[in-house]
Amino acid sequence: MQTSDHILSAIRIEKAFPGTRALDKVDFHLRRGEVHALLGENGAGKSTLIKCLTGAYRRDGGAILLDGTEVDPRDTFEAQTLGIGTVYQEVNLLANLTVAENLFLGRQPRRFGMVDVGAMNRRARELLADYELDIDVTRDLASYSVAIQQVVAIARAVDLSGKVLILDEPTASLDAHEVAMLFRIVRRLKARGLGIVFVTHFLEQVYEISDRITVLRNGQLVGTRETANLDRRALIAMMIGRELAAEIHAPRAQTSEGPLRYRFRNYGRKGRVRPFDLDVRAGEVVGMAGLLGSGRTETAELLFGAHSADSGQAEIDGRAIDLSSPRAAIRHRFGFCPEDRKTSGIIGDLSVRENIVLALQARRGWTRPISRAEQNRLADHYIRALDIRTADREKPIKLLSGGNQQKAILARWLATEPEFLILDEPTRGIDVGAHAEIVKLIEALREKGLSLIVVSSEIEELVAYSTRVIVLRDRAHVAELDGNRLTAHEIVEAIAATNERRAS
Amino acid sequence: MTSFFRLYLNRLLPQLIALAVIVVAVSLVFPGFLNLEIQNGRLYGSLVDILNRGAPVVLLAIGMTVVIATKGIDLSVGAVMAICGATAAAAITSGHSLAGTLLITLAVGILCGLWNGVLVAVLDIQPIIATLVLMVAGRGIAQLITEGAILTFNDPGLIFIGSGSFAGLPMPVVIWLVFGVLIAMLVRRTALGMLIEAIGVNRQASTLSGVLTPVLLIAAYVLSGLCAAIAGIIAAADIRGADANNAGLWLELDAILAVVVGGTSLLGGRFSIAASVLGAIIIQAINTGILLSGFPPEFNLIIKAAIIVVILVLQSPRFRTAFAFLVPARGASKPSERAAK
Amino acid sequence: MKPKYLPLIATLVIFLLGYALCVAQYPNILSTRVIGNLLTDNAFLGIAAVGMTFVILSGGIDLSIGSVIAFTGVFLAVVLEHSSIHPLVAFAMVLAIATLFGAAMGAIIHYLEMPAFIVTLAGMFLARGMAFVLSIDSIPIKHPFYATLKGLYVKLPGGGRITLIGGLMLLVFAVGILLAHRTRFGTNVYALGGGTATARLMGVPVAATTVRIYALSGLLAGLSGIVFSLYTSAGYSLAAVGVELDAITAVVIGGTLLTGGSGFVAGTFVGTLIQGLIQTYITFDGSLSSWWTKILIGLLLFAFILLQKGIIYVSRHRRQPA
Repeated sequence: MQTSDHILSAIRIEKAFPGTRALDKVDFHLRRGEVHALLGENGAGKSTLIKCLTGAYRRDGGAILLDGTEVDPRDTFEAQTLGIGTVYQEVNLLANLTVAENLFLGRQPRRFGMVDVGAMNRRARELLADYELDIDVTRDLASYSVAIQQVVAIARAVDLSGKVLILDEPTASLDAHEVAMLFRIVRRLKARGLGIVFVTHFLEQVYEISDRITVLRNGQLVGTRETANLDRRALIAMMIGRELAAEIHAPRAQTSEGPLRYRFRNYGRKGRVRPFDLDVRAGEVVGMAGLLGSGRTETAELLFGAHSADSGQAEIDGRAIDLSSPRAAIRHRFGFCPEDRKTSGIIGDLSVRENIVLALQARRGWTRPISRAEQNRLADHYIRALDIRTADREKPIKLLSGGNQQKAILARWLATEPEFLILDEPTRGIDVGAHAEIVKLIEALREKGLSLIVVSSEIEELVAYSTRVIVLRDRAHVAELDGNRLTAHEIVEAIAATNERRAS
Repeated sequence: MTSFFRLYLNRLLPQLIALAVIVVAVSLVFPGFLNLEIQNGRLYGSLVDILNRGAPVVLLAIGMTVVIATKGIDLSVGAVMAICGATAAAAITSGHSLAGTLLITLAVGILCGLWNGVLVAVLDIQPIIATLVLMVAGRGIAQLITEGAILTFNDPGLIFIGSGSFAGLPMPVVIWLVFGVLIAMLVRRTALGMLIEAIGVNRQASTLSGVLTPVLLIAAYVLSGLCAAIAGIIAAADIRGADANNAGLWLELDAILAVVVGGTSLLGGRFSIAASVLGAIIIQAINTGILLSGFPPEFNLIIKAAIIVVILVLQSPRFRTAFAFLVPARGASKPSERAAK
Repeated sequence: MKPKYLPLIATLVIFLLGYALCVAQYPNILSTRVIGNLLTDNAFLGIAAVGMTFVILSGGIDLSIGSVIAFTGVFLAVVLEHSSIHPLVAFAMVLAIATLFGAAMGAIIHYLEMPAFIVTLAGMFLARGMAFVLSIDSIPIKHPFYATLKGLYVKLPGGGRITLIGGLMLLVFAVGILLAHRTRFGTNVYALGGGTATARLMGVPVAATTVRIYALSGLLAGLSGIVFSLYTSAGYSLAAVGVELDAITAVVIGGTLLTGGSGFVAGTFVGTLIQGLIQTYITFDGSLSSWWTKILIGLLLFAFILLQKGIIYVSRHRRQPA
C-alpha cells in the first residue's frame, strides 16, 4: 500500500542468536532519494538488521521488499547484484589490488580474452570523476587513505547495485575535511534517487545529512522520526531509554567510601586517549560514559597496560607503579574484562575450568601449577557463586552462551582476588537474566571494598551502580558527575552538550 | 586418579587401535614380526627395531607437538638435525670429550631454536616463513661444518649413543623414552601445557590474562631445536659419521605427519605428546611392516599419502557437517553462513 | 615509485650487482654462452616456479612440485621404453595427469577446508610413491625424438645458444606474466591472496579459482618434468627432490610475499636467475664449496622476509592519521 515511494522495506524482521533476541519484529522503510539514519547503542540491533538486509545473515522471520518485489538475498554479493550495496567502516575491498581492479573485479573489460587494462583504468577514472576523485587508479588501494578507500567502495557499490546504499559507520575514522567530502558525495547520490541508509554514532552528522531517523534499542524498533522534528535530547532519550532511567533510579545504598588508593596523573597515550587525571577510592565504582569511539575503551586498556601510557604517572597508595603490560598490572592486583569477549576474552577451545584459573596460573608462573583439585575447587566455586550455566566445568567455553562466558571471564579475575577491576561493557550482548546478575555482582564487589572501573553504553545501568561517572568524548575525559548530579539526565546532557560543541 | 588415567587412554585410543591393527596385519603376513629374543642381554626383534629406527622422528615429533600447539610450525628441524650431527662429529674429532661434545651440540640446537623463536615471537614473522630460512640455509651450514665430506668418528662413547643398549633396550629407545617422559611431565605436571594451549587457541586473550606469551613461544621453538639436536646426535652416532646432505632429510615432514596422526590440530591448541609419539611409531611401523611383509617398499609413500588423506577427511569440518546430517542434530551452520562471517 | 615494486627492484638490483661482481672477477661470465647455459640449466626450476608463484600469490603453497617432476620423468621413460607411443602423445598424457592431480589437490583444499601445506604434503608422498611404483631404477630415454628436440636451439651472437628448454622457460614466463596481469583469473588469484573472505564478498569464484591455481601448478610441474627429462635424458624416481623448496625460494627472493597477495611472476624469473648465478659463480670459482649456495640463498631469503616485513610496517604506519 505504501510501497510506491519506498525503495526498500523490511517488514517484521526477526533474528535470534543463542541466548539473545537480536531483532524482534523490526520494521524499516527506506524512501527513494532519502538519507535515513539508523541509530542505536551497541547491541541495539543495527548491524544485525543490516546483515539481514544484505543477506550476510539469514533472517528468522519477516520480509524484505526491494522496489515493491520481495527479495531474499543469500549473500552480500547477491544482495549487491539485486541492488543493495553496502560499505563498511573497515573497507571491504582488497587493499593489495589497484583501485581500478577493485572497482571492476569480476567484470573487467576484455579484448581478445585479455583484460583491457587501458580501458579498465580509463573507465575507473571516469567513474571516480563522478565522485570528485582524481587519483592514480593504477596504484594499490592500500596506498590511499581510508577516506579515499571509502569513496572507492561507495563507487563500486553504487556502480554495481544502484538502488540502495548502506553506509555502516563510514565516518568513524575520517577527519572533518574527509567527512565533508563524503557528505557531498552522499548528497549527490541522494539527488540521483538512491535510498541511503546511514549508520553512525556521531549525532551531529545525523543532523547534518539525514532526512529521517530510525532508532533501535535492545533489538526492538523504538521509532522512526523526521530529523527536522526530533531534537537532540529527545533522540538520545530514544537511544538510551532515559525516560526509564528516571524511574529506575533509586537512591543508592549509601557508599561507605574507602580511602583514596589509585591516582593517575596526566595519564595518556598519543592517538588513543588524551592525558587525564583519575582518582579511584576503595569501595568505589567509577563509570565511564560516552558514545562509541569517545575513548572509553582506550581508557580501560590504558589503565590495564594493554597499551602502555606514554605520559603521566600511576600511583597505588601513594607509591609510584609501573603499568606497562598486563602482567605488570596483574601484579598490582588489577583485572580486566575486555569489550570483545570472543577475540580478547575467552580461550574458546579450553574448558570453563581452565578459563577460570588462567589468570591466577599466569600470575603464579608456570613452575607453580595449581593442583587439579584446587582448580576443580576454584571452578566449582565460581560456577556456583556466579551461577555459570554449564553442563560441567570441563565443557569448552566456546559452547557457552555470551552471558555465561562473561561470568566465566569475571570468575577468571575474581580468582586472582583483584583489588582493581576494569570492566569494559560487561553487560553487552547477554540475556536479561545474566545482565541483572552481573549488575548485582558489581555492587557486591564494591561493597567488599574493591575499586571498579565500568565502561558501559547503558546509562541507566551506570547511574544505578556508579559512585561517580566520567563522561568522555573525542578521546578525552570532559566531565565528572557525582552526588546529586549523577543522573541519567545529567549524563545525557553532558554527552549532548559536548556533541553540540563539536558540531559548531 | 583412575578417572584421569581413563581420560588419558580415551585420548590415545584411536592411535592405539591404529597401531594394533598395523601390528596384527603385519604379523599375519610375516609371522616372525612379534618374535622377541634376548642376545647378550639385549632385546632383538622387529618390534624393537621399530622403536629404534623411529627414534629421530619420535624426538622431532615431541618438539613439533609443542610448536604446533602454539599455532606454529617448525620446518627447520631436519636441517637442525644435520647441523647438530655435524657439530657433534666435528667436536668429537677435534678432541673434545664426550660430555663436552654433547654439551656443545645441544647448545647449538638450542641456539637454532632461539633463532626461530625470536623470528616468530619478537619479529612476528609467520612460523612457516620464519623457519623456512633455517630449513634452506641449515643444510649449507652443516656442510660448512663437515666441509662437504661425511665426517666419520670412532669415539666409542658417541657410538654407544647410536648403537649401544641399556637395560636390554637400544640406547636411542632409552633416550626418547626418558626424554619423552621428562618433557611430558614438564609440560603436564607444571602449568606449561595449559599456558601453551591457551596461546595456541587465542594469543591475544592469553596475553591479556597475563600469560608471558613471547617467552613461551620462544621456549617452544627452543625445545624443538633441542629435540632436533638429540635426534641429530642419534642419527650421526648410528652411522658413526655426520652426513650433512642426508641426515634428517625430509624428517620435518614426517614429524609434522606424526603430530597430525597423533590428532593434534595444525591450528594449535590441545596437544598430546604421547599421541604424537604414537603417531611417529605408527609411521615407522608402517615403514618396517611394508618392508617385512614383502610388499615392495615403493608402496610406502603411497600408503603414507593415503593415511594423510584419510586423516584429513576425518578431521575436515565439512566432513563433520556432512556427518551431522546423518545424526538428527539441528543447528549445524550452513556453509554459506559461515562463509559470510 | 609504487612501494609494491620495491621488492621487485631490490631483486633486480641484487641480480645485476651480483652479476657485475661475478663479471669483475671472471670476465668470461659476461658471455652469451654463460647466459644461454643459465637459462638451460634452470629451465625446469623456472617453469615450476611460475606455477609456485601463482600458488603463493593466492596465499597457498604446493609441496608436491618436485615429486610431480620425478613422476613425470619416470612416466615418460617407462612409456617410451615399453611402448611405441610417440613422445608428443606421452607428453600430452603426462600433462593431463599432472593437471588433474593438481586440480584434485585444489579441490580437497577448498572443499575439505584443509591447509594447503598438509594436502600438498600428501600429494608429494603420493606422486613420489607413484614414481617408485612405476620404477625404482634410473631409466635412460633413448628415443630419437628426444635427440631431435635436444638439437633444437637458436644461436646467439657470441657462441651462446638458447636451447629449446631454455626458450620454453622464457615462453612460460611470458605467458605467466600475461596470465597474472592481463586476465580475470590473474586478478582473482591476487584477490584470494588479499583475503579469501573479502574476495568471496566481492564475487570472486573462490572454488573455481582455487582448483585452477593448483591445476596450473600441476600442469607446470608436469611441463617442468618434461623439460627435466629432456635435460637429463632419463627418468628417475629419486630425481628433483626438494625442487619445491628451490621454487619457493625463487618466488620469495623474486619479491613475492609468502603470505600471498603481492608479487610478480617476472620477479620469480629474476629469483630463479639469482639462484642459477650463485651456482655458476661457484662453478667458475672452483675452490668455493657448494654449500655456500644454500647459506647465501638462506641469507637472501631472510633479507627479503625482513624487507617485506619492513614495507608492511612502514606502509601501515604511514597510512594512519597523525
